[in-house]
Amino acid sequence: MTQMDVQPPGVATDPAGPVIEMRGISVAFGGVPALSEVDLRLLPGEVHALMGENGAGKSTLIKALTGVYSIDGGTITVDGEEHRFSSPAESQAAGISTVYQEVNLVPNLTVAENMLLGREPRRWGGIDTRAMNRKAAATLDRLGIAVDPASELGTHPIAVQQLVAIARAVDVDARVLILDEPTSSLDADEVEKLFAVMRTLRGHGVAIVFVSHFLDQVYAIADRMTILRNGRLVGERMVRDTTQLELVRLMIGRELEVLDRIDREVSAADGRASGAPVLKALGLSRKRSLEAFDLELYDGEVIGIAGLLGSGRTELARLLFGADTADTGEVEVRSTRRRLRSPRHAIDRRIAFSSENRRAEGVIEDLTVADNMLLALQASRGWLRPIPAATRTRLVEEYLEALDIRPRDPHALMRTLSGGNQQKVLLARWLITQPEVLILDEPTRGIDIGAKAQIQQLVADLARKGMSVVFISAELEEVLRLSDRLVVMRDRRKVDERPNDDLTVSRLLEIIAGETTEARHV
Amino acid sequence: MSAGSVTAHAAPSAWGRVRTYRPPSRYLPVLATCALFFGMFAIGGVRYEGFASSQVVLNLFVDNAFLIVLAVGMTFVILTGGIDLSVGSVVALSTMITAWTLRDGWPPVAAVAAVLVVSTGLGLLMGLVIHYFDIQPFIATLAGMFLARGLCYLISIESIPIRDRTFFDLSAAQIPLPGGLYTTPAVVIALVVVGIAAFVLHRTTFGRTVYAVGGSESSALLMGLRVARTKVGVYAISGFCSGLAGLLFALYMLSGYSLHAVGMELDAIAAVVIGGTLLTGGRGFVVGSVLGVLVLGTIQTFISFDGTLSSWWTKIAIGVLLLAFVVLQRLVTRRQP
Amino acid sequence: MSRVTGHPLFWPLLALALLLVVNVVATPSFLDVRVQDGHLYGNLVDIARNGAPVLLVALGMTLVIATRGIDLSVGAVAAIAGAVACVWIAGGAGEGSAGKALTGCAIALVVCLVLGLWNGFLVSVLGIQPIIATLVLMTAGRGLAMLVTDGQITTVNNATFSRIGGGFVLTLPVAILIALAVFGLTALLTRRTALGMLVESVGINPEASRLAGVRARTIIWTAYVFSAVCAGLAGLMIASNTNAADANNAGLWIELDAILAVVIGGTSLAGGRFSLGGTLVGALFLTTLAATIPNIGIPSETNYLFKAVVVIVVCLLQSPQARASLAVRRRTRPAPVEAGAAA
Repeated sequence: MTQMDVQPPGVATDPAGPVIEMRGISVAFGGVPALSEVDLRLLPGEVHALMGENGAGKSTLIKALTGVYSIDGGTITVDGEEHRFSSPAESQAAGISTVYQEVNLVPNLTVAENMLLGREPRRWGGIDTRAMNRKAAATLDRLGIAVDPASELGTHPIAVQQLVAIARAVDVDARVLILDEPTSSLDADEVEKLFAVMRTLRGHGVAIVFVSHFLDQVYAIADRMTILRNGRLVGERMVRDTTQLELVRLMIGRELEVLDRIDREVSAADGRASGAPVLKALGLSRKRSLEAFDLELYDGEVIGIAGLLGSGRTELARLLFGADTADTGEVEVRSTRRRLRSPRHAIDRRIAFSSENRRAEGVIEDLTVADNMLLALQASRGWLRPIPAATRTRLVEEYLEALDIRPRDPHALMRTLSGGNQQKVLLARWLITQPEVLILDEPTRGIDIGAKAQIQQLVADLARKGMSVVFISAELEEVLRLSDRLVVMRDRRKVDERPNDDLTVSRLLEIIAGETTEARHV
Repeated sequence: MSAGSVTAHAAPSAWGRVRTYRPPSRYLPVLATCALFFGMFAIGGVRYEGFASSQVVLNLFVDNAFLIVLAVGMTFVILTGGIDLSVGSVVALSTMITAWTLRDGWPPVAAVAAVLVVSTGLGLLMGLVIHYFDIQPFIATLAGMFLARGLCYLISIESIPIRDRTFFDLSAAQIPLPGGLYTTPAVVIALVVVGIAAFVLHRTTFGRTVYAVGGSESSALLMGLRVARTKVGVYAISGFCSGLAGLLFALYMLSGYSLHAVGMELDAIAAVVIGGTLLTGGRGFVVGSVLGVLVLGTIQTFISFDGTLSSWWTKIAIGVLLLAFVVLQRLVTRRQP
Repeated sequence: MSRVTGHPLFWPLLALALLLVVNVVATPSFLDVRVQDGHLYGNLVDIARNGAPVLLVALGMTLVIATRGIDLSVGAVAAIAGAVACVWIAGGAGEGSAGKALTGCAIALVVCLVLGLWNGFLVSVLGIQPIIATLVLMTAGRGLAMLVTDGQITTVNNATFSRIGGGFVLTLPVAILIALAVFGLTALLTRRTALGMLVESVGINPEASRLAGVRARTIIWTAYVFSAVCAGLAGLMIASNTNAADANNAGLWIELDAILAVVIGGTSLAGGRFSLGGTLVGALFLTTLAATIPNIGIPSETNYLFKAVVVIVVCLLQSPQARASLAVRRRTRPAPVEAGAAA
C-alpha cells in the first residue's frame, strides 16, 4: 500500500479542456453554508483526489455535481457546456457515475440486477435474465471479482458488495467516475484490485474523483488533488509536488505533531504484576461466528486487536460485551463468573462497547446531543430515576469540552453533527458510565485526522488512569501506537497474542498473514 | 484472498443434486404457505365428507376471484414497503359506480371503463400525495378509504341492484372443465391478472424497481432508477386492481352498496402476509399472495362445512389461524440471513 | 414569528381553532356553556365528553406508535372490556351495587392488561410485525367479546357504573375527568421520568438503544400493555354510556380515529419523538369535526368525505412543517439522503 505509483506522463498540463469544471459553487442547508465558492477541475484521464476533513464539504460537492443537491450559486460546465443536473439519473445519463461510501445497492436483488438495472438487456418486451447474467459475469471477470451474478447481493459480505458497486459504476460508459471513500471496507488485496481497475480506466481517458482519508492510498494512485477546508477551497495541487506534511497542513491548518506526541509508558509489566485481571474470557465462542478463545484484560493496559476484515475482530468484541450471546464459555469480571446475555448485563459490570457501525448501532439521530450522551447512564438507572437536571448539564458540558465536540450545543440534534463529532459524543456516552473496561471497535474510522489524534490521545490517557481498553482498528499504525499487548485474529480464530515489544507494521502484517516462524499462542 | 464467495464448479450427480437440494432462502416463506395450505386441506378432507374434492378446490377460486385480484394489487404496494388501506372502499365504490351507471342505461363496456378510470385515478392520486408530499402511506390511503366510502354514500345510501343482461349472464356463466367440474369467467380474469403481475414483477424494469424500492429506496434513487414513477405507479396499479376486483365483486353480488367490502382491505393484507410477503418490502411473490387467499378461503370452507360454528367462533378461528401462520412464518424467516 | 409557527403544536391548534370558528359562524351560540342542576352543559362539554374514549385510546396508541409499532386491536379490546364488566355486573345477585360495579371494572381492566401482555409478547419477544400481531387480536377479539356476552347485547342497571360515562362530579362530566387524569398521569410518567426519552430512543434506533443498555424489550412490552389498558378504560366508558355491552359495535373503528388523532398531533408513524399534547389536540379536533358536520348542515352521508378532505388538508399542512421543525431542512425533492450531515 505504500508503493509509489509511476505517474503517467503528460497529465500535468491539460491540452484537452477539462471534462468537468465547477466554478464558484455554493450550497447552503437551512441558511447554513456547506460550500462557499468552491472550484473543481477534472481533466480526462486522471485520478483526482478530493481531500479534506469531515465537514469540509467533499460529499456535498459531489452530491452537488451529481444532482442530489441543488446548487445555490456557481456554474458547472461539462465539456465546455453549462449544465445543471437535477437528479442522479440525469448525471448518470451524462456519463457521471458515483460509488458512495455506504454500499448504495439493493440487497434483495441479484448481483447482476444491481449491476445492470436501468440498462439491462431486453427480449420480447421484458428483461433477458440470461443475457444480463452473462454480461454481468463478463464485467466481474474483467475486474477479477469471483461472485455468482445470479446470487442475491445481500448474501455477500460488505467488501464484496462494495466491489459490485464499483463494477456497476464501471459498466456504464462513464466519462467521470466518482469514488467516495471506496476503500474503507476493503483489505489490502482488494484495494490493489481496485487500483488496477482505476489505472485501466484512467488509461481509457476516464476522469476519476477519489475521495479518501487514507493518505497513503492517495499518494499511491492520485495525479492531482483538490483540498477543501470548512466548505472552502484551500488548494489544487499536483500530488507529486506536495509532501504529506504540506497536505495535512492544508487540510487541518496546523502542524501535525499531535500524533507523534502521544507517549505511551508501556505499563504491561505493571498491569500483570497487579495480579487479578479485570476481565477474563474463558472459551467464548459463537457458532459460525468465532471459535473458542481465551483472553485476559488487566487494569491500565490497552489491548490491540489486529487482523484482516472478516477475521473476527468485531465478533470478539461483541462477545466480550454480550451484544451477541455466546454459545460456549463464560466471562469472569473481577472473579464473578457469568455468561453475559445482554449489553445490559455487561454495562452493569462496568464494561462499555463502542460499535464500529455508529450509524446503525450508535447514533440516535433525532435526539439531542445531550440525550445521546446520557443514554447509557440513564438506561442503567432505569426509567424511574431520571438524572437530575443539574447533573445532566454538568456532565454534558464537561464532556463537550473535554472531547472538543463541535458545535458545543447540547440541544443540537445528533443528525446535524459530522461523523467525527458524532463519534466523540458516542465515546462520551460510554465514558460517562465510568467503565472499567472500554471496548472500542474502529473508533477512528471515517474521521478526519484532527479528531483521530484526539481520540487516540484520549485512549492513551484513559489507560494511564487505570482503565482497561480493547482497541480494534484496521489501521495497524494506530494499533501499534497505542497497544501494550496485541491479539491477532485470522479466519475467525485468535491466532496470536504477544506484548508490543518494538513491533513494526511489516512484522505485524507477517503475523496476520501467518508467515511467522515463531507464532506465540496464548 | 478476496472475501467474495467462490462459485463451486464441481459437478454432482443428478441424484446428489436432488438429495441435497435446498431451495434459496427467499422461497422459504412461500413454500411454508404452500405446505400450510395442503396441510389444512388434508385435515379438512379427513374431517369432513366431500371436502377433499376437486370442485371444492375450484370453488376456492370461484368464491375468491375478486380477493385474488385485490391481493395482487396489494402485493405491489407492500413490496415497495407501503400499504393501501383504501382497497375495500374502492371495491365498494366500484360496485356503486357499476350499478349506478348500468341503471342509467350505460352500455356495460362504458360502465367498466368508468370504474377502471375512477379507481386507477384514485390510486394515482394517493400515490402522488404519498411520494411528492412525503405523507405516510398508512395515512394517505386511510384518507383514500374515507374518500371512497364517502363517494359511495354520495351516490346512494341504499343498495342498487344490477339488472343489466350482460352482467347477469356473466355472473351465472360457468366454464365447463373436464371431469364434470366448472369454473367461472371471473376466475379466468383473476388468473390472467396474476400471470401479468408475475411477468411484470420479474421480467420488467418497473417490476425489479418495485423490489429495489422495497429493499432500499435511497439506494434505488442513487442508482438512478425511476423511483418516483415506481412508487406512484404501484398505487395506481393497486387502484386498478381494486376497480377490477370491484367489478368481479359486483358480478358476485349483483348489486352496488356502500356497505360492501367493509374490512376487505384487512383480508387482502392478511392474504399477502400469509403469502410470505414482508410488510417492510422487498421480498415476496404474487404466487404467495394467491396462496394466501386460498388459505383464507379454506378457513371459510372449513366453517361452512362444519355448519355448527357460530359467527363469533368464526372470528376466533380466523384469528387463531392467522396467528399460527404468522408465528410459523416468523420461525422460518428467523433462519434467513 | 417562525418560533410560533415552527412549534409542533401550531398547525393542529390552528386547525382546531378554525374548526371552532366555522362552528361559531354556523351557530353563534356554539360556544355557550351553562350550569344546570349542578352540571355543566354545552356543545363544548359534549365534544369533550364524546372525545374522552378516543383520547384514552389515542394516548395508548401514541406510546405504541412512538416505539415504531401500531395497535389495531384497541377496538376489540374496548369491546371485551365492556363485555366483561357488564356480564359480571349483570350476572348473579346485587346487580345494582357499587361494589359489583367496581369489581366488574377491575376485572375488565385486568383482562385488558393480559391482552396487552399478549400483544407485547408477540411483538417484542417473537418479533412479529406490530400490524399483523395486533391484527390477530383485532380479528379474534370481537369473537372473544361475543363469547363473553354469549352473542347477546348485555344490558346493565347499575348507577355507579353509569356514572363513568354519564355522571358528573363538581359540575364536570366524569368522563372528561377520567380522560384528563389519564392524560396527566401519562404526561407525568413520560416526561418526569426517563420513560419518554427511552421510548423515543427505542423508536428511533432500537439496536443502538439495546447496545446502550436500554431494555428495549421491556419498554415495547410496556407500551402495548398501556395501550390495552387505555383501550379497556375507553371500553368501560362506552359501555357505561349505553348501559350495555355490544360486542359487535362497541368501539368500532376507534383504532382509526386514534391513529388519526396521533398523526394529526404531529407524532410520526415511523416512530421516535412523540407529543402527548399533540394527541390531545388531535383527539379534540376529530370530535369537533364530528360535531361540526351536523352543525353546519352537511348531510351525515358525507361524513366520510368530509373527514377525508379534512385529514388530507391537515396532513398536507403538517408535512413540510414537520420537517422544518426538526431544524434541518431537506434539500431537493425526494433525495432521501440526510441534509447537513457530515460531508
